[in-house]
Amino acid sequence: MATVTATAGKAVAPADARVSRSLWNNAWYKLRRDRLTIGAVVVLLLLALIAILAPVFADNVFHYKFEQQDLFHTYEKPSFNPPAYLLGTDEVGRSQVVRLLFGGQVSLFVGFVAALVNFAVGVPVGLAAGYFRGAFDDFITWFITTLNGIPQLYLLLIVAALWQPGPLTLIIIIGLLNWTGITLYVRGQTISLREREYVTSAHAIGATHARVMFRHILPNVLPLIFVLAAIDVGAIVLLESALSFLGLGILPPTPSWGNMLTNGASYFVRAWWLVVSPGVMIFLTVLCLYLIGDGLRDALDPRLKTHESH
Amino acid sequence: MRNFLIRRALYAIPTLLGISIITFAIARLSPGDPIRLFTFGIKDFTQEDYLRLLHVYGLDKPIPLQYVDWISNAVRLNFGESLIYHREAGAMILERLPNTLQLAITALILQLAIGVPLGVIAALKRGSWADGAIRVFGVAGHAVPAFWLGQMLIILFAISLRWLPSQGMLTVGKDQMDLLDRLKHILLPAFVLALVGIANYSRILRTETLDVLGQDFIRTAHAKGLRERVVVYVHALRNSLIPVVTALGGILATLVGGALVIEQVFSWPGIGQFTFQAAIAKDYPIVQAGVMIASTLLVISYLLRDITYAIVDPRIKVS
Repeated sequence: MATVTATAGKAVAPADARVSRSLWNNAWYKLRRDRLTIGAVVVLLLLALIAILAPVFADNVFHYKFEQQDLFHTYEKPSFNPPAYLLGTDEVGRSQVVRLLFGGQVSLFVGFVAALVNFAVGVPVGLAAGYFRGAFDDFITWFITTLNGIPQLYLLLIVAALWQPGPLTLIIIIGLLNWTGITLYVRGQTISLREREYVTSAHAIGATHARVMFRHILPNVLPLIFVLAAIDVGAIVLLESALSFLGLGILPPTPSWGNMLTNGASYFVRAWWLVVSPGVMIFLTVLCLYLIGDGLRDALDPRLKTHESH
Repeated sequence: MRNFLIRRALYAIPTLLGISIITFAIARLSPGDPIRLFTFGIKDFTQEDYLRLLHVYGLDKPIPLQYVDWISNAVRLNFGESLIYHREAGAMILERLPNTLQLAITALILQLAIGVPLGVIAALKRGSWADGAIRVFGVAGHAVPAFWLGQMLIILFAISLRWLPSQGMLTVGKDQMDLLDRLKHILLPAFVLALVGIANYSRILRTETLDVLGQDFIRTAHAKGLRERVVVYVHALRNSLIPVVTALGGILATLVGGALVIEQVFSWPGIGQFTFQAAIAKDYPIVQAGVMIASTLLVISYLLRDITYAIVDPRIKVS
């Protein structure tokens, strides 16, 4: 990995000729030189692009609809001819590659939107708890300690088992249960930032609490949020697949990488390719997201140590 | 130190109370009436029978009273009778607890035994191909869906090579104390469960060892003329091991939570697998007992982590 490590970053800083540049310029400068992270961004964008264009590919390249079945061609081995059999076919003769593309739509959509919910809840709560402290902070801290005291899968399991989930329910469930880590990080940063001089001077010229929080403190927490966001989306994609495995994720016939993986597992003796391809897609996506998170962390602040205990 | 211990232990009480409220609420808020569910299809089941059952299970009282009833029994590990097995739910979970602990502790040992040396090697051989490989593994290990890896390993080692069993804790009919047989059964699930932690520890130890090796006291140790080996293993390693304790919290959470999926993949008869199947069947007493006991386990492990941390690094006190 060609990422800048914590120690290397420290050594470079004093000799840096680009001191006048802003944090973001600086980060961009470092990121451009970080080939691994750039590679991960490119792969992830490609994956997202093919997933978004899934209907176009299905109609024009593979000539196969995602729900189309062909009982005369079940368990076809992967082959180039016809193109729809690129990754083989499943137990009812559906094209694995076409379903993989549509499954990507669902998995990535759940990952990104649920992460968005995480941040919509986690960031304001963390800012407010760290900024106001007092009873509100105590309550939030207690609430988070409580939620973290329940093993995450147990919590998701009971909630998901009770409310039969589709993509939307799943987004709400994961979105509303997975924000605590973000809140803790944002809260910690806010606590140290609220004592700074620029916050005091903002108060002195009569800025409201909301203005201080969102205009003065939030921009300084943003680098951390970007790092956490990349990792969070990856974690959710993994979580969706684990829930699908337990039968609590996206339900068939809607394909998601998670339920394709689970489905493929039942037929692995006859058709190993049904298990391999969704697994590789999940692995690749999550790997790219984690690499991007790592690269962003190094670029934005080599001393930021987050997510060491995931 | 004694004050710290008492204070830290007292902190666990509001957490456990909160967990009990959530556990209780989820079962009560859920759609679907458990009594209707379990009497479904019984022909001569009248409204009167329904009300009587409601009364027997205490479901006709106001919700706050139901909670008080429930929690005063729960502290004595009495979670009521399973709706399916008609046995004490708490006892059924406790019977399976040793199996989960066995799996989690084996995984924890694997994490430390593999992850820590990997991280130290990567730091000492910084920039080498070994360092590169270990760093890639440190990220990739997080990105693998655990149940998928479990299935892949089952295909490889159990179905193709026939080296290891794919399911359960023991071969049926074998002696309970056959250690080799037990070892063969635990190897795959424990490794899959340990993977994230191995990756995590290798990353932490690498960063931390590099950090420590750059500090003044290491230079002093070198200047004193100590041998390289003494500097690394006595002076550096002792300090770089401190974060191993900090990371333990997250690791334990993934061990207890992750065990649920792994137990399901390998048909390991632990509390995760059992609670999961009860949740599917809407057997609330078991679900509540399972969640409460797993959470208590987690809260106790957080407590142990903080105490260990205070012992290892006396500079840190509870905040």
